[in-house]
Amino acid sequence: MKGNNLVALYTLCRKEIVRILRIWSQTILPPAITMTLYFVIFGNLIGSRIGQMGGFDYMAFIVPGLVMMSVITNSYGNIVSSFFGAKFSKHIEEMMVSPMPNWVILFGHVLGALARGLMVGGIVTIISLFFTQIQVHNYWIVISTVVLTSVVFALGGFINACLANKFDDIAIIPAFILTPLTYLGGVFYSISLLPDFWQTVSKFNPVLYMVNAFRYGFLGVSDVSLTVAYSIILTFVVVLTAICLYMLNKGIGLRS
Amino acid sequence: MNLPKYLNIMTAALKVSNLKKTYKNGTVALKGLNLEVEAGEIFALLGPNGAGKSTLIGIISSLVTASSGDVEVFGDNLTKQRNKVKSHIGLVPQEFNFNMFEKPMDILVNQAGYYGVPRKTAIQRAEKYLKQLQLWDKRKSMSRMLSGGMKRRLMIARAMMNEPKLLILDEPTAGVDIEIRRSMWEFVEEIANAGTTIILTTHYLEEAEQLCKNVAIINHGEIIKNTTIKQLLTTLDIETFILDLDKKPEADLLKALNAEVTDENSIQIDVPKSKALNESIKTIDEMGYKVLSMRNKVNRLEELFYKMTQEQKNEGE
Repeated sequence: MKGNNLVALYTLCRKEIVRILRIWSQTILPPAITMTLYFVIFGNLIGSRIGQMGGFDYMAFIVPGLVMMSVITNSYGNIVSSFFGAKFSKHIEEMMVSPMPNWVILFGHVLGALARGLMVGGIVTIISLFFTQIQVHNYWIVISTVVLTSVVFALGGFINACLANKFDDIAIIPAFILTPLTYLGGVFYSISLLPDFWQTVSKFNPVLYMVNAFRYGFLGVSDVSLTVAYSIILTFVVVLTAICLYMLNKGIGLRS
Repeated sequence: MNLPKYLNIMTAALKVSNLKKTYKNGTVALKGLNLEVEAGEIFALLGPNGAGKSTLIGIISSLVTASSGDVEVFGDNLTKQRNKVKSHIGLVPQEFNFNMFEKPMDILVNQAGYYGVPRKTAIQRAEKYLKQLQLWDKRKSMSRMLSGGMKRRLMIARAMMNEPKLLILDEPTAGVDIEIRRSMWEFVEEIANAGTTIILTTHYLEEAEQLCKNVAIINHGEIIKNTTIKQLLTTLDIETFILDLDKKPEADLLKALNAEVTDENSIQIDVPKSKALNESIKTIDEMGYKVLSMRNKVNRLEELFYKMTQEQKNEGE
């Protein structure tokens, strides 16, 4: 990697992280409050009546899912708002006229999204400690699944931002695709509770594999095979990266 | 003047060959445009709104994709060596295109970073250009709080952060007051003297007349004139003057000079270049009037520019 590209990457990453911290009341605080409410309502009030799930207290069972849900929504939301915002107010041109390679533009934004995903994920994890005890079965699985999942949704958000022409376009995907996939991706339940048909349907949901692999890292239990989960996540990373770079090279949604 | 090393090479700063651009909606913006700009000069690119200036600038700066044709910047081909070409260029676009929620200092340092300039050097450069463009006091203000003139100067400072060989200024003084405009002219002349080639588009044609040696007039996606400003002005055969007289002009004076009344004591006369202005003044004197003051009615270049674009319009019809 050329020194110039490293400087550009550092600049872009720094800018993204400064942005996240500058508008912390929009980026960090809301997910922290939302997740606290989830813990209180689903974990404490309703969870105490549910009893155990997958051999664990319901609260302990949903913590990995809720952490992953906040990582997914914040990684996606960060890149989509930052990149589309830059496109909308035209300061994306600052990057486009510079000799910064396209992969640096992509990687810089993805690292920014990853930073926010991990910041929020970390805060949610800390909040969960007020409600339950957390055990970690395998740190490497926890770290690798959270990083890779954040990258997957950052890449997805980047594609959304490139193709979006108006603010409605960046609201549709989170509302109609991301939220249903996350809620139905085993955040709040084990798919073993579902009838066979819906178990099969659930297995077409990629978020299920991400949530379960992450949960395995904490609790050592999963509804899906870890190998399959990693294969799916890595496939998404590779395919979405290729799509993003193709779009940047062709200037799709960016150049007239 | 000691020119930088790259100017000693006999390469044009910009060479555009048969450049065409048709937008997806079918609008033909450029129709095989050819243009060459010498290294080290301030070059004026003039044209009415919608003539194709911004499309041309967009293609050179990689914001717009050309349909066909070639662009070379200091000998490097835009299609084959895009990133190298980008590193030669600094762009000041027509519209404000910086993050209004960032501070000027951050905008400049980040821009330098995108070009691979290390942060320490970038901070030093930002200080230099913010001071030169009288923005230092505003370095920590939110950019959206800056005045229109300050925003324009901020974009110039930003374009200088990679110390470009070719600086493209797309209407840099639009909407700024005359004092700031003149200080911006001084800055532009300063950086041109330091060896930077400048392409300037402007609607203030006096600006082109003041700063530039060569000019291209673009209309309907074609270059309709490419010459020196001096040469261009010689093609103007009539000049219009406003004369302020010591008393109200009578009909006989107006008839003798073929003049029009513009104010109570002022007249407007058209003087062909073949005829000396002295002759008109002599007539005024003989008829018992005194000329108290005299001025050009319009900017000469503006008049010529209007004539040329109108001629092309008429030919088209």
